[in-house]
Amino acid sequence: MDPELLEMRRHLSAHPPFDGLTDDQLDDIANHVDICYYRAGSEIIASNQPIKALFYVRSGAVEVYRRSGDLFDRLGEGSIFGHYGLLRGRRAHYPAIAIEDTLIYAIDADIFDRLCETDNDFADFVELGRPRTSSVADTQGVSNNRMATRIRRLVNRRPLIAEADETARDVAQRLANEPAAALLVVEARGDDPRYTYADADGELWQVMGILTDADFRARIVAEGRSVDTPVREIVSQGLVAVRSDETVQEAMLAMLRHNVHHLAVIHRRRPIGVIRLEDVVRYETQSSLYLIESIFSQRHPIGLARLLPDVRNAAVRLIRDGADSRTVGTALSSIGRSFARRLLELAEAELGPPPVPYAFMAMGSMARNEQTLVTDQDNALVLDDRFDPQQHDEYFLKLAQRVSEGLDACGYEYCKGGIMATNPRWRQPLSVWQRYFRSWIQAPNAERLLHSNIFFDLDNLYGEERLIETLQELIATEAGQSPAFLAAMSRNALNRTPPIGFFREFVTEKDGQQNDSINVKRRGTAPLTDLVRIHALACGSRAQNSFERLADIKETSLLGPGVADRLSYSLEVLSLARLRDQVLDIEEEREPDNNIEPRNVPAKQRAEIKEAFRALSDAQKFLRFRYPMPSSSAHKRQR
Amino acid sequence: MAGGKSEQRDDWHDWLADMARQATTDDLRHFYAGFPSDSTCPVGDAPLIAIDLETSGLEPRHHAILSIGVVPFTLRGIGIGQRRHWILRPPQEFSGESVAYHHITHSEVEQAPDLADVLPDVLASIHGRIPVVHYHPIERRFLDRAVRQRTGTVFRFPLIDTMEIEAQRHRRPWRLRLRKLLRQSPESIRLNDSRIRYGLPPYEGHQAVLDAIGTAELLQAQIQHHYSSSTAVGDLWL
Repeated sequence: MDPELLEMRRHLSAHPPFDGLTDDQLDDIANHVDICYYRAGSEIIASNQPIKALFYVRSGAVEVYRRSGDLFDRLGEGSIFGHYGLLRGRRAHYPAIAIEDTLIYAIDADIFDRLCETDNDFADFVELGRPRTSSVADTQGVSNNRMATRIRRLVNRRPLIAEADETARDVAQRLANEPAAALLVVEARGDDPRYTYADADGELWQVMGILTDADFRARIVAEGRSVDTPVREIVSQGLVAVRSDETVQEAMLAMLRHNVHHLAVIHRRRPIGVIRLEDVVRYETQSSLYLIESIFSQRHPIGLARLLPDVRNAAVRLIRDGADSRTVGTALSSIGRSFARRLLELAEAELGPPPVPYAFMAMGSMARNEQTLVTDQDNALVLDDRFDPQQHDEYFLKLAQRVSEGLDACGYEYCKGGIMATNPRWRQPLSVWQRYFRSWIQAPNAERLLHSNIFFDLDNLYGEERLIETLQELIATEAGQSPAFLAAMSRNALNRTPPIGFFREFVTEKDGQQNDSINVKRRGTAPLTDLVRIHALACGSRAQNSFERLADIKETSLLGPGVADRLSYSLEVLSLARLRDQVLDIEEEREPDNNIEPRNVPAKQRAEIKEAFRALSDAQKFLRFRYPMPSSSAHKRQR
Repeated sequence: MAGGKSEQRDDWHDWLADMARQATTDDLRHFYAGFPSDSTCPVGDAPLIAIDLETSGLEPRHHAILSIGVVPFTLRGIGIGQRRHWILRPPQEFSGESVAYHHITHSEVEQAPDLADVLPDVLASIHGRIPVVHYHPIERRFLDRAVRQRTGTVFRFPLIDTMEIEAQRHRRPWRLRLRKLLRQSPESIRLNDSRIRYGLPPYEGHQAVLDAIGTAELLQAQIQHHYSSSTAVGDLWL
């Protein structure tokens, strides 16, 4: 080992993508580094210049520009640049300028190639900017795999262990003292290598079997044996064990197959715990499916409100188990819909049948199946055209109030913009809704665009499906045909910009309380969702979910090759970042919000988030060109 | 002034030529003959080499060289892969004193070669490059004495001293007077303190190669801030 390389190696190893490399790989890098100092303001690489190295910022700060002169990225200590150019023809794509006095480590291109070939994590990291078609599939494959929970997650205490020669009385006392319902019986010098392990003193033991309360009952009490009988004689023969990395599903099957209620959990032959049927059942019943069942069995809104902790638990579990954002979004939206539906059922039971048919409409994230743990209500009532305000509105106001109050009690806050069925404006017959939607499309202004963003993601929650379908149809056929509307939506979508101008870490929001954090909804998922909606409208997609919309968009030639995949990946990254931070908030007993704190984000994810913001920024730039404001004469001609 | 400068340049040119004739060993003769003696060469084009010595003290007559670290470089890059490091066994007369400084252990020192054994290697690595050091009296005096003892040839050549450059910027009399007036102590011109002024990261010092790398980085920074790559090496060396 070269002590003189320690300093360099220590620095590299604290930053991705080098943090996962071995010491040998790091030495290899350090041995092929050229160090160079750049004074603030000087150019490090020029656009289109051949490059022979990966650049690493050892100290200082660097800005990378697009050829158009726009800022592409701002890099601090430990960041890399030049990898896009290395991967694509060994030419610098973007010029880089030192904005502070900067020390650069230039890592030889051959080493870069070698690392890309031999280290998958490294390759993934540097190729992030590429279209992620295959990688998206990979991530989903991985998360599906992880979705299956390992049985070790259910083990929460070390097993009680008794030696085979101990008496039934001693063992029963230990069981009673703990208290536990089962223990493992071990004997020395076993002959089954599968269950033989060495204890802390190096002695070899073999697990014989599990001894449960039932064994004492059946073999001591019922058979009238002495309590001094060694447990070897009463333990059930034939150990049923599962490996700690088997799934909960497999453990359940093992219990059924062997007709036992206890399983030993083995990790590398060493017993690490005993799980009971109850543990498995309890785990399974925390699932969102069970939660939805229990929502529909509630007889009173108060009972529904009590389920809030269960909602959070279900979401936390899904995210911890590695579910992707679509799975979590769908589960949380289904739960939200179930609350609203049950509240409507309860309200109807109290108020009587509705005087005219109606549909209760969900908008926004619930309609898109993209709810998170922080959500407010966006809803509306679409009434049959036979609706007569004088006669019928009292009923529907009460109905709306029941739902709105009930949802609030269940943790779905009132909409700050008043977009709820309790607002008379959003409790209207179908014909009025059709007029609303047409006016928004035909003569967009600031307020109408805001409404379009909310109402154009719409879904029926309860009631007459056809009322909502009529509106969905109207949007799909008319919005995409109006260039002026799409152009106005595009302008509007550019109001919220992603925080691309990172400095060192992130540019964090400096508004009052949210210091050192970034609102990933406002700056990330919301503008991305807006953007996807516009393209979806343009290509006549009827999908409500952003990922499904992106899949539809991908079928057309609207975006360049790979762009839809990149946006899909970005949405996944940003949504997951938001969900994970909400889980962290819950675990640390804070009220979950949409802000992420950079210090809570692991370095690798930070790079992914930066990349996602960058993709969003690119897509926003494209939006302006794709949906230009029609000139006034062209506009007239079209009419 | 201009006259003084050119005199100095001529001094080194003639000195190096004389030494190339007088050197007692082929290695030294080769070293002197190959020294880039053209004082008008722009520093941006000059092959340079940063040298740092770890010594057991500050006085060549009473202390010994424990290690030599070098790294060849230019203003465009410091090639870490070409760094060299020699740990040396001090001559008998110094062996009694504590030499366990600078991350070098006793056993390393005991197993190390004498400078005489590695001198051809050291000379070959410096060959054709202009040495750069931080605080030149140490390198100049220790190397001269050590080489002279072993070969009988004077070992003296032009050096660029990053501390000297720093001293010229920060120890000019008017600045000193101003600081005195403001009751500030003079700026430190030690390696790490100097580096910080140019935004260079602090290194855990007292390891010969790392200090050599640090010195090379400092010179790159100083040239960009105070000179240019077309500055003649003769204006920099001492």
